[in-house]
Amino acid sequence: MYSREHMNTFVSGMVDTPSDCFVTYEPNSSTLNIEVRSKVQSMYGTSINDLAYQVCSDLSVDSGRFIINDYGSLPFVIQARIEAVVRQCNPKLQSRSLPDIKPHSLYPSSRKRFRRSRLYIPGNQSKLMLNAGIHKPDAIILDLEDSVALTEKPSARLIVRNALRTLDFFGAERMVRINQGDLGLTDLEEIIPHPVHLILVPKVEYADQLKIVNNKISELMQASGRTEPVFLMPILESARGILNALSIAEACPNTVALAIGLEDYTADIGTQRTIDGKESFFARSMIINAARATGIQAIDTVFSDVSDEVGLEQSVKEAKSLGFDGKGCIHPRQIQPIHEAFSPSPEEIDKAKRIMIAFEDAQKKGLGVVSLGSKMIDPPVVKRAETTIKLAIDTGLLDMDWNR
Amino acid sequence: MENLIKNAAGRWVPKEVNGVKTIPFKGVNQHFPQGSIAAPPIRSCGSYPLDGNKIVDSLKTALQKCGLKDGMTISSHHHFRNGDLIMNQVFDIAAELGVKDLRWFPSAAFPCHKPMIRHMENGVLHHIEGSLNGPLGDYASQGKMKGLAVLRSHGGRWQSIQDGEVHIDISILAAPTADEFGNATGDRGPSACGLLGFGLADSMYADHVIVVTDNLVAFPCVPWQIQGNHVDHVVVLDKIGDPDKIVSGTTELTRSPDRLYIAELTAKFVQAAGIMKDGFSFQAGAGGTALAFAIYLKDMMKDANVKARFIRGGSTKYLVEMLEEGLTDYILDGQTFDLEGVRSMRENPGHVNTSPFTSYNWHGKGNFASMVDVVVLGATEVDVNYNANVVTHSDGRMLHGIGGWQNCLFSKCTILPIPAFRNRVPIIVDEVTTLVGPGELIDVIVTERGIAINPLRQDLIDATKNSDLPIRKIEEIKKEIDDLVGGAPAKPDLTDEVVGVVKWVDGTVLDSIFRIRTQE
Repeated sequence: MYSREHMNTFVSGMVDTPSDCFVTYEPNSSTLNIEVRSKVQSMYGTSINDLAYQVCSDLSVDSGRFIINDYGSLPFVIQARIEAVVRQCNPKLQSRSLPDIKPHSLYPSSRKRFRRSRLYIPGNQSKLMLNAGIHKPDAIILDLEDSVALTEKPSARLIVRNALRTLDFFGAERMVRINQGDLGLTDLEEIIPHPVHLILVPKVEYADQLKIVNNKISELMQASGRTEPVFLMPILESARGILNALSIAEACPNTVALAIGLEDYTADIGTQRTIDGKESFFARSMIINAARATGIQAIDTVFSDVSDEVGLEQSVKEAKSLGFDGKGCIHPRQIQPIHEAFSPSPEEIDKAKRIMIAFEDAQKKGLGVVSLGSKMIDPPVVKRAETTIKLAIDTGLLDMDWNR
Repeated sequence: MENLIKNAAGRWVPKEVNGVKTIPFKGVNQHFPQGSIAAPPIRSCGSYPLDGNKIVDSLKTALQKCGLKDGMTISSHHHFRNGDLIMNQVFDIAAELGVKDLRWFPSAAFPCHKPMIRHMENGVLHHIEGSLNGPLGDYASQGKMKGLAVLRSHGGRWQSIQDGEVHIDISILAAPTADEFGNATGDRGPSACGLLGFGLADSMYADHVIVVTDNLVAFPCVPWQIQGNHVDHVVVLDKIGDPDKIVSGTTELTRSPDRLYIAELTAKFVQAAGIMKDGFSFQAGAGGTALAFAIYLKDMMKDANVKARFIRGGSTKYLVEMLEEGLTDYILDGQTFDLEGVRSMRENPGHVNTSPFTSYNWHGKGNFASMVDVVVLGATEVDVNYNANVVTHSDGRMLHGIGGWQNCLFSKCTILPIPAFRNRVPIIVDEVTTLVGPGELIDVIVTERGIAINPLRQDLIDATKNSDLPIRKIEEIKKEIDDLVGGAPAKPDLTDEVVGVVKWVDGTVLDSIFRIRTQE
C-alpha cells in the first residue's frame, strides 16, 4: 500500500471497508494500466475493469497506473474514487465522469413538506446510503461537513454527487450538508446540477453568509440550466447565529427551515448539554420564534445516543411541545419514534376533523365565516387542522378517505 | 461428465459417491425405499462389567478396546460447536497408532477442527462427511479432500444412519455429565451444552460407543439423554470443552437497521397472514434476523393476547423469556445456543429436549418439523423460482452446512428473511449456484426491498393482499437490486470436477458442488 506522502501517488478510499474501495493512481508516461483486486473478483472483476477504463476515457486519462482494491463497492463509488485521484493529480480538470441519472432520482420537493425526520449519512460511507430510503425518513442528508475527515472531503463530494444521480431514496427529500465557507462553495459546484432538493448550510452566523451561498447556487443553476428550486436550511450553532436568527431566517426567499445544532452552540456559550436542556431553552425558542415569524419550519438538533430509546422519546416530545416541526437523526431506528412523537394525538385528530368538516360545509354553503358550534374559526386554525389531518394520514393514523 | 447423471431437479449429480452407488433426487416426496432399518450387533451383558462400571483409563485405551483400525468410520455430535476439545485428540491418537484412511462423520465440523486438515494430508483421515464450516469448507471446496464432501441435513444424517447408508464403527459422545454406566446428559456440568440430540442416533446405531466426560457423577445420572445401555466405554478427562465457545453467555441481537426492518416485516407478515393465532407454533433459529423476528413477534403476540402451543428451538434467552412469560406452553428444543437456554432446559419441564428423530427424520412415521405453522430460515441465495441455497456462495465457495434447514422446509409456511444484497452481491439470482431447497417448499422471501410470495401459495397471497405490507413480484425485486449493484454477477467459473454432494432429506442426491477453476 502506498502512503499519501509517496511522491506522485494519489489515493482515495477506505481500506478494508465493506462497500468501499481504495484506489491508487501513479501518473507516468507508459500506457494506461489498471489492476483490479476485488473481494467479489469472480463476480464483478471484469465489470470493475471495464468501468475503470470508461472513467479514464471520460477524464481523458490515457497513461499511468491504477490499482483498485475493492471491498464490494458499487459502481458509483468506484467511479467517484477514480475521479477523485485524477482530480488530486490535476486540480484544474474540467471533465467529469458522471453515472447516468436514474429516473427514480427525479422527483420534486416542496416548501411545506414534512421534515419531521432527517437522517444524516456521512458523505463518504456509501454502505449507509444504499438502503437509507427504505426506512422512510422524511429527508436524507448526505453530509460533507463534520462527519467527513478533511482528507476524504474531495472524494466524499464526488461520492455524494454520484449517489444523488444513482440511488433511490424512495421519496425522501434529498438534502446535502455542505462545508463552511469556500469549501462549501466548492461543494456546491458538484451538487447543484444534480438531483438535490435542499442544501443545509452549517454554522451560519450572519444573513450575508447565507446570501453568498444562495448567490453561488443561483449562478450554478443558471450555468447548468436547472429550473427546479434549491431550498435552504441554515443551521445555527453559535450565540451570534442564534441572536441573528430572524435576519438569517428572512435572508433568502428559498429558505424553508431553520435548524439548531446544539453541540456547537453549548460549547460556544461555555456550557454542556444536559438532559433537561435548560441551557438551550433560549436558543431553541429563538429558532422557533424566528421561524414562525417568517413562515418557515423550525428543526431541532439530533439526538445522538442511538441506544437510548427512552431518552429519544422524551427529547422528541419536548421538541414538539416547544414548537419544533422536526428533529435530526443519526440512525434509521430513530425515524419511527420521531414520526410517532410528531404525530397528532387522537384528540388533536378529532378536533381537526371537526374543523375540516365545518370548513367544507361553510365553503359549500358559500359562507365566508367558518364556525364550529358557537365558535368562530380563524383561517390559521383551519390551516393547522389541515396540517394535522395530513400528518395523521401520512402516519397511518387516519384513512385517506376519512371524509367520505 | 460420464460419471454424472441429471436428476429430477435438472441437476447433474454423481452416479457414485465415495464408492457407494447413489440414488438421484426424484422429486419432493417421490422416493419410498423398502426394507428394514439398520441395527447394531447383538451384545450380551456378559461382555460388560455387571457392576456397571465401564470407565477405562484413557481415550486411547477406549479406542483400542473398540478395535480402531484402518478405514473405520468415527462419528461425533457438534453440540460443543467451536468449543470441542475431544475430536482433534481422537485423530491425534489414531495417527499415533498408525491408523489410516478413517472417515470422520460429525454432525458438523467447526473452525476449531482445522487440525483435521493435517490428518487428511497425512492420510489418517480419508475424508469428512458432515457439515463443513470455515477452513474445512475451504479445503474441501478446493477439491483437496480424498473423498467427496457429503452434505446432509440433521434429519438426513439420522436417515442415513438409520437406513444403513452410513455405518458408524465408533461413536464418540462428548458428555457434559455422565455416570460410570454411560448414562449422559448435556444440561449440566462445566461444559453444559443443553442437550445431546445430535449424538442420539450414533449411540443407538454405532457398533461401539464411547462416552467422554469431564463431570462424572455416581450412577444414576438423571435425567439421561443418552442411555448407558448403548455405551461400551466411559472416559473421564480433565476438560472436554471450552464453555465460552460451546454456548454464548449472552446472545446478541442484530443492530443492523436493515436486518431489524426485515425481521419486523417478517413478523408483520406472520400476523397479516393469520398464522399468529392462539395455539400456533413457530421455529426461528439463532441468527440475528431470526432472533429479532422472535422479539417482534413476541410484542405482537402480547398486544393481540395470543399464546403459542409450542416453539421449536434452537433456544436462546429470548425464547426462554417467552416460555417463562407464558407466551408458549413448550419449547421443543433441538440445540441450546446460550446459557439461559441450558438453564431453562435443566429447570423447566416445558423446555423439552428433542432429537433429529422426533424433529426431522424423513424416514419415520412423521416428524415435528412438518407440524410447525411457520418457520423462519436463512439462505445464501434464492432464485426466481424460489429455489434456495444455504451451502455455497454465489462465487461457488462451499461455506456452510445444511443443519435442520432442509427439514424445516416442510413446515406449513417457510419464510426466508434475507437481505436483498450483501456487499454488492445480489441474493436473488436467476438460478441458484447449488440447489439445497426446492422452490415448491419455500413460500415467502422477505427482503428490505419487499416481500415476495411463491405463486404456489395463493392462500398466502389472498390472506395478505389487503395488508399494507410491501408485497412484490420476486422478479421485480431482483431487477431493482441488479440495477442498484451494476448488473447480475458473473457466474462462477466451475470445473466439472465434483467436490461435494447435497443430499435431500430422503437420502437421494439433490445437487453437486463443483470445484472452482483457480486462476493460474
